[in-house]
Amino acid sequence: MASLVGSRVERKEDKRFLTGKGRYTADINLANQTYAIFVRSPHARASIKKINIDKALKSSGVVSILTGKEIADDKIGGLIAGWAIRSEDGTEMKCPGNPPLAKDNVNFVGDPVAVVIAESLAEAKEAAEKVEVDYKVLKAVTSTADAMNGDTIHEGIDKNLCFDWLLGDRQKVKEAFDKADKVISIDIINNRLIPNAMEPRACVADYNAASEEITLYTTSQNPHLSRLIMSAFGNVAPEHKLRVVAPDVGGGFGSKINVYNEDIVCSWAAKKINRAIKWVAERSESFLTDIHGRDHVTHAELAVTKDGKFLGFKNETIANLGAYARVFGTVTPTYLFGPCATGVYEIPAAYTNVKAVYTNTAPVDAYRGAGRPEATYTIERLVEKASMELGIDKTELRIKNFPTAFPFKQTLVHTVDSGDYVAGMEKAKQMADYKGFEARRKESEAKGKLRGIGVTSYFEACGIAPSAAVMSLGCGVGLWESAEVRFNPTGQVTVYTGSHSHGQSHQTTFAQIAADELGVPIENIDIVHGDTDKGTFGMGTYGSRSLAVGGIAIVNACKKIVEKGKRVTAKMLEANPEDVEFKDGEFIVSKSNKKKTIGEVAFACYLPGVRDEMKSPLPEGDEPGLKETSFYDPSNFSFPAGTHIAEVEIDPETGHVKLEKYTACDDFGRIINPMVVEGQVHGGLAQGIGQALYENAEYDETGQLMTGSYMDYTMPRADNFPEFNIGYTCTHATTNPLGVKGCGEAGAIAAPPTVMNAVIDALGGQEVTMPATAEKVWKACKNLKKSNAKAA
Amino acid sequence: MKDFNYHSAKDSKEASKLASSSSAFLAGGMTTIPSMKLGLATYKDLIDIKNIKKLSGIKVSGKSVTIGAATKHVEVSNSKDVKKAIPSLSSLAEGIGDPQVRNRGTIGGSIANNDPSADYPSACIALNATIHTNERKIEAAKFFKGMFETALKKGELIEAIEFQIPEKSSYQKHPNPASRYAIVGVYVAKHKGDVNVAVTGAKSCVYNDKEMSKALSGNFSSSSIDGMDLDSSEMNADMHASAEFRASLVVTQAKKAVDAC
Repeated sequence: MASLVGSRVERKEDKRFLTGKGRYTADINLANQTYAIFVRSPHARASIKKINIDKALKSSGVVSILTGKEIADDKIGGLIAGWAIRSEDGTEMKCPGNPPLAKDNVNFVGDPVAVVIAESLAEAKEAAEKVEVDYKVLKAVTSTADAMNGDTIHEGIDKNLCFDWLLGDRQKVKEAFDKADKVISIDIINNRLIPNAMEPRACVADYNAASEEITLYTTSQNPHLSRLIMSAFGNVAPEHKLRVVAPDVGGGFGSKINVYNEDIVCSWAAKKINRAIKWVAERSESFLTDIHGRDHVTHAELAVTKDGKFLGFKNETIANLGAYARVFGTVTPTYLFGPCATGVYEIPAAYTNVKAVYTNTAPVDAYRGAGRPEATYTIERLVEKASMELGIDKTELRIKNFPTAFPFKQTLVHTVDSGDYVAGMEKAKQMADYKGFEARRKESEAKGKLRGIGVTSYFEACGIAPSAAVMSLGCGVGLWESAEVRFNPTGQVTVYTGSHSHGQSHQTTFAQIAADELGVPIENIDIVHGDTDKGTFGMGTYGSRSLAVGGIAIVNACKKIVEKGKRVTAKMLEANPEDVEFKDGEFIVSKSNKKKTIGEVAFACYLPGVRDEMKSPLPEGDEPGLKETSFYDPSNFSFPAGTHIAEVEIDPETGHVKLEKYTACDDFGRIINPMVVEGQVHGGLAQGIGQALYENAEYDETGQLMTGSYMDYTMPRADNFPEFNIGYTCTHATTNPLGVKGCGEAGAIAAPPTVMNAVIDALGGQEVTMPATAEKVWKACKNLKKSNAKAA
Repeated sequence: MKDFNYHSAKDSKEASKLASSSSAFLAGGMTTIPSMKLGLATYKDLIDIKNIKKLSGIKVSGKSVTIGAATKHVEVSNSKDVKKAIPSLSSLAEGIGDPQVRNRGTIGGSIANNDPSADYPSACIALNATIHTNERKIEAAKFFKGMFETALKKGELIEAIEFQIPEKSSYQKHPNPASRYAIVGVYVAKHKGDVNVAVTGAKSCVYNDKEMSKALSGNFSSSSIDGMDLDSSEMNADMHASAEFRASLVVTQAKKAVDAC
């Protein structure tokens, strides 16, 4: 039987998606359901003096109106930060309360203060407009860089500072800098982004008064984790009385990791009114209230010798958390950021210092790449600048500082098990025709255009997260994954996974893995996920963990099945279990060459004694049935890496940046389905290029979101991209049995510095902040013209 | 969206009769419907005019192209007659919005709305258009009064737009990267005797740039406007483009248009 792993198996999920048979949360309608509309703060910062719901209550069709008072009275808990971070001075991070409905204060535009539940959506909207909230408007803090100097947003949190965190050794870094021939320094703004999943958030909450069970259908990347948080911290219901279902979900990119206010409020309110409640975000609500991403202000320095050896690195960053610290809000700018700050280089001394600040903006949390794009952007912009200042070719300078041996003990935290950065660089250069660039630059110049080339070599740590590693860093929670592999008596297989697919193609790739492990045709394998009533606990999907963690749990559970199968076969065929081999779905006794198919074994396990060979095929100590579970806790992160090269052409008259060529050469270890990986790379690149050239979430000084719709927030479109030139090097991960590394975030991590390095190269080294919009580039072109005229 | 009455008028007369101070004509609804959904506009009556047969269609004579007010953008961009007579008008229509917008939005709606960033008003100015309403004929130069303001009176309905066929013309747009409306759009048309340089997106209302028109009427070459430093004091400014940048783009796009003629 040919191996399915490694082949372009067509996606099993596409039939339902392409024929309109997907079942998303908004497709779910329950009998007698009501509709919720949230009344949200129009102010970025205000105290609530009074809420008057009298008029709204009289509005037609209103079932109930609930505010922060009721939710507090019922002792429903608030939203939480999932990871505790300690400051350099040893103090605990400072987190404000974040009630699901604001009671006393609102802290960003969109913060919900009340929910209106009515018989129809139109009636709920109508009534919501009649809720009168009397606010005392306060001065908002919106700037990341100046947040520590602004008014105190949350009582008791001085300077709006959540923590002041350090990773690395300041003294060693100082010593390294003292020895340097040159220090390259850079100031960077990592622009704020809005994830913009195609499907807006939604939830449908139902309450069964007889079983006292709440069922919440919601757009989540991790239903089990949502249930845990809602139960343990939200006090919504005990876990066994709360079922969370995340059906088809149309994209997450990190924005659907969080438990959101609406999930808690609708679940709680459904029980209160004893009716189902449906809420579907409008796009403008998504812009305002989905978590945002990035938003760092960084100063970084690289100490170098004159011949280009890196000696030391420092990174001083202010990270904007927004109004509240949410689930991955505090870990994103620390443990997902700091350890990757030194990139793919051997740098003897380094530190990263992060001050995480609160502002009156939407909460900032994990967005595709989460911390690693920010880290990679900083080091790769710095290295590119070093190459300009030292006059060393950008690829040579990188190669000079690559590690030469693996495992590579990286400066700050990670031990990278495998990789070959030089091979990746050489292949990328070849794919991109790096040598031919100067000729292309001249061609552009002849047309009056400016052409630039940019390079990024990245690595990232994903497959989050090995418990041992994160605990050694001072983080409390490891993130393992579970899988359950269940045979039916007639030989088909259901795989329950704690991972969640919201675009990642698990139904296909996980089935490919199980098909190979079990020798069962892929058509006979179903992947089940997204329902806390089905399968055991799971941590969900983010941080490129589904395959490297969730996939391995499936492999391990399959291996247990095979082990049991061997024992059963041995009993059935009167052989020793050690003499039974398993290949392509058959258990073969090596000495006699007698065999049993895995289907026969499954049947025998469920219906022992039906076949006449013997009374029971089950060996002593083995129970009937064929079902195995694995909880896999990885031994290390997975470390994808690669080199990307971009070429841009700029029209100096309009400032228009045209991305002419984009080459991505990635090392994702072993590839399960090349087509699916290409899709992941394309999507990641689109978002990364989007950050570099188009996307920007902008607040004015009063905290109003200026880019609150697609009229002003530039989502990249297909015509903004060239055909992507994609290739791979492949060094298998040594830390998991499949040899796989994550691929979901690489594009979003590598593309921003790659594109910006190209833009800045074209502009003669002038710094431009992301996104490199036409006007910024036009101004830089004018400056370039002036300075060139002076030089001449 | 608030409740409203929907009327489908069978002719201009009925449409006009139904109009009141709290009504709006509905053609493609590309601005009216989103404005109502967002609560920015409320009407008691919506008077649908797209079923009025007389308002749709394209007629080309030796001197002019006449397009019915309820003609969709896609019909203009696909029309062989328009392509032949005024190719720039056809490509302008092809560059409006996206396929969904082009399959619903109408030329009359665009002109009546007079969005400062809309494409069609520049065509009207550049191509010396005459706006035919159910009451009168209005020259384009007198039709566009200011931001979202036109010479139309309440209940007055555009029936057709008559464009003068130029010797040469081109429309060049620097689009807003997000909405793809014009940050600046410049429609250059060379008629017998004079040149119009109609600019949209740059100011509160479409206008004919006299300075460039004069320069190009003298010498129809992009070199005659190259480096022209336009006054930016009345130009729009927003997060996507400052007034200074817009002023520069007007010249750049005008040059491109002349070169493309």
